[in-house]
Amino acid sequence: MAELTMVEALNKALHEAFSADDRVVLLGEDVAQTGGVFRVSAGLLKEFGGERVIDTPLSESGIVGTAVGMSLYGMLPVVEIQFDGFVYPAFEQIIVHVARYGWRTGGECPANMVIRIPFGGGVRAPELHSDSPEALFAHSPGLKVVCPTTPSDARTMLLAAIGHPDPVIFMEPKRIYRAGREEVSDQMPIDLVSANGEASSILSTARLARSGTDLAVFAYGATVPLSVEAAEKMEAANGTSVRVIDLRSLYPLDVEAITSHASECGRALVVHEAPRTAGIGAEVSSLIHERVMLDLDAPVGRVTGFDVPFPQFANEDDYLPSVERITRGAEKVLSF
Amino acid sequence: MSVQEPHRIIGDGGDLPDYPVPDELGEKDLLELYRWLVILRTFDERAVMLQRQGRVGTYPMYWGEEGTAAGALFACEDSDWVFPSYRQNSVGILRGLPIATVLGWVRGYGGPAGFYNPRDYRLGPICVPISTHLPHATGVAWAAKIRGDRTASLAWFGDGATSEGDFHEGLNFASVFRTATVFFCTNNQWAISTPVTRQMATKTVAEKAAAYGIPGVRIDGFDPLACYKATKEALDRGREGAGPTLIEAFTYRIKAHGTADDPSLYRDEAETQKWLHLEPVGRMASFLRRLSILDDDKDNELRLEAKEMIAEGIRGLESLEQPGPEVMFDHVYASANPWTFTEGLEEVNSVARKPEPTPPQPPSPPSAGDVELTPESSSSTEEG
Repeated sequence: MAELTMVEALNKALHEAFSADDRVVLLGEDVAQTGGVFRVSAGLLKEFGGERVIDTPLSESGIVGTAVGMSLYGMLPVVEIQFDGFVYPAFEQIIVHVARYGWRTGGECPANMVIRIPFGGGVRAPELHSDSPEALFAHSPGLKVVCPTTPSDARTMLLAAIGHPDPVIFMEPKRIYRAGREEVSDQMPIDLVSANGEASSILSTARLARSGTDLAVFAYGATVPLSVEAAEKMEAANGTSVRVIDLRSLYPLDVEAITSHASECGRALVVHEAPRTAGIGAEVSSLIHERVMLDLDAPVGRVTGFDVPFPQFANEDDYLPSVERITRGAEKVLSF
Repeated sequence: MSVQEPHRIIGDGGDLPDYPVPDELGEKDLLELYRWLVILRTFDERAVMLQRQGRVGTYPMYWGEEGTAAGALFACEDSDWVFPSYRQNSVGILRGLPIATVLGWVRGYGGPAGFYNPRDYRLGPICVPISTHLPHATGVAWAAKIRGDRTASLAWFGDGATSEGDFHEGLNFASVFRTATVFFCTNNQWAISTPVTRQMATKTVAEKAAAYGIPGVRIDGFDPLACYKATKEALDRGREGAGPTLIEAFTYRIKAHGTADDPSLYRDEAETQKWLHLEPVGRMASFLRRLSILDDDKDNELRLEAKEMIAEGIRGLESLEQPGPEVMFDHVYASANPWTFTEGLEEVNSVARKPEPTPPQPPSPPSAGDVELTPESSSSTEEG
């Protein structure tokens, strides 16, 4: 057992996957020699060589497109998109090929790759280094979209994504890459080769991040620890008991967990950094209203980014959901 | 910069001379390549007819470009991967893909009635978006290289595709990582209504190869043997580790872009007539006759065989059932269906289906007297 940050846990998972299956390759910009701009792939080049750990041209569509070909030939590509806002050139490959290849080939040749995307704001970065494009992918049939929040989940979910036969968009909340450490087991959590059923389950279930009874807060990525912090402050201030659920899977959503937590608490709030309109929060809110409306004491609330381009970083604290905004949003639902 | 004259082997029986056939091709090979051309021509003409009869949907014809598909494929080894655009929609039948499956796809069928396993034929799915399959071809040959296999890859695309980003990204990756990939551009000078002069300021496609440090070869795209030879040389180079090649098969789109297109709106059909005498099926037939490899009996035999083959495929098409609503959901995920699919299937199964329009009855089987292709492709055509 070792205490690892999310970056270290992801790095561990990549080493484990490369060791377990020689079909695994990593493609991306600056992933080999430097180990990635966030060092997620540090050490891989030395251990597994330049044919499997590949520094590519600056060419996101080319990276994803050649990974489709590699997958057709039987490889298991892991693709790193350097920053969220750089994924747009690869959007066509992802939507028209990666997402559809399994369907288009009668299930014979799913594009079984993992596309890792460090995403979100809060790191004082230049334009297009802080976007949250996850809803674009969740709205694109054929993809699985997941987002881990803890180091241990990051490692297990990345291994599950690599072993999983479907393409997985793997959103990595870069703001909490090094925010904390957690014990990560030395045992392989899943067998990569026979991972299908188990991996599906790991990649489609939400996690209870904090117990509570008065309000269910649904969040993912960097907004999970913020929601937990808000919950603790509210409990200390006035005894309000707030439950926090880490969604983990953005497609498919864990509808059972979402409806049961909302139903049990009678009040619900969704939190994310991405813009509000047609975001993940809209879907979570709809599911709750459609299915358990009669169990609710208040309409589902949302605390999200605004419907604007992610701002220059001097304004990012104005844009991002904060503990204060989450608390206000919670109070609004609680006082309805 | 002067424009490179396209390489050719087959003359026109007049001013354009014949050049020697590649050494490795015997009479049997030449007849086999001709048989492929006749099959593709017959398929294309029948498919257009099926569309006119309402038995398949919008169809992108390739009449006149058979040589680019058949010639290039003829140079490939069976284990090489090829990636068609929609203009090479039926090239898979030359590798055993059922004709009914190709036609089923054109009829709008999904599932097993219209889709196939690419690994069975080393054949990418028919690529509808322009140029996006070029990086796939690169990726396959790259993976083969990593594995130490001699497998090469080839992608067909048009002149319009060279304007897309994935043309650059596919060629750039292939050249940087020296993959055994052939980029086969059928420059037919038209992208629906857009002339090639609006796609590029260069005089040729082939010269773009210089930007990637790779060979660019310009050939007569109406000449099946030139298509074969350039592809064979490119594959040989690729397998030796010398990287990719860009081939420009210079040709002309004789017919419309597709069955929904009307070229009279944007081009002078008198111009089209000037290219007709170069079309590959009649041209190859005349060439083989000059070499005394083909005579009327053999030609009729091959044409009848092709007609029977396509007719059998059409019967196969007619025996396909309209896929049920479940094919919309089948195989979208390789893992268990997400819960949304359960609800979707419940909903779609709860409402009455609109029946598929009844197509006209299939034609009677071909007879020995029914072997004429359209006049342009008749084996007796030897215009100068």
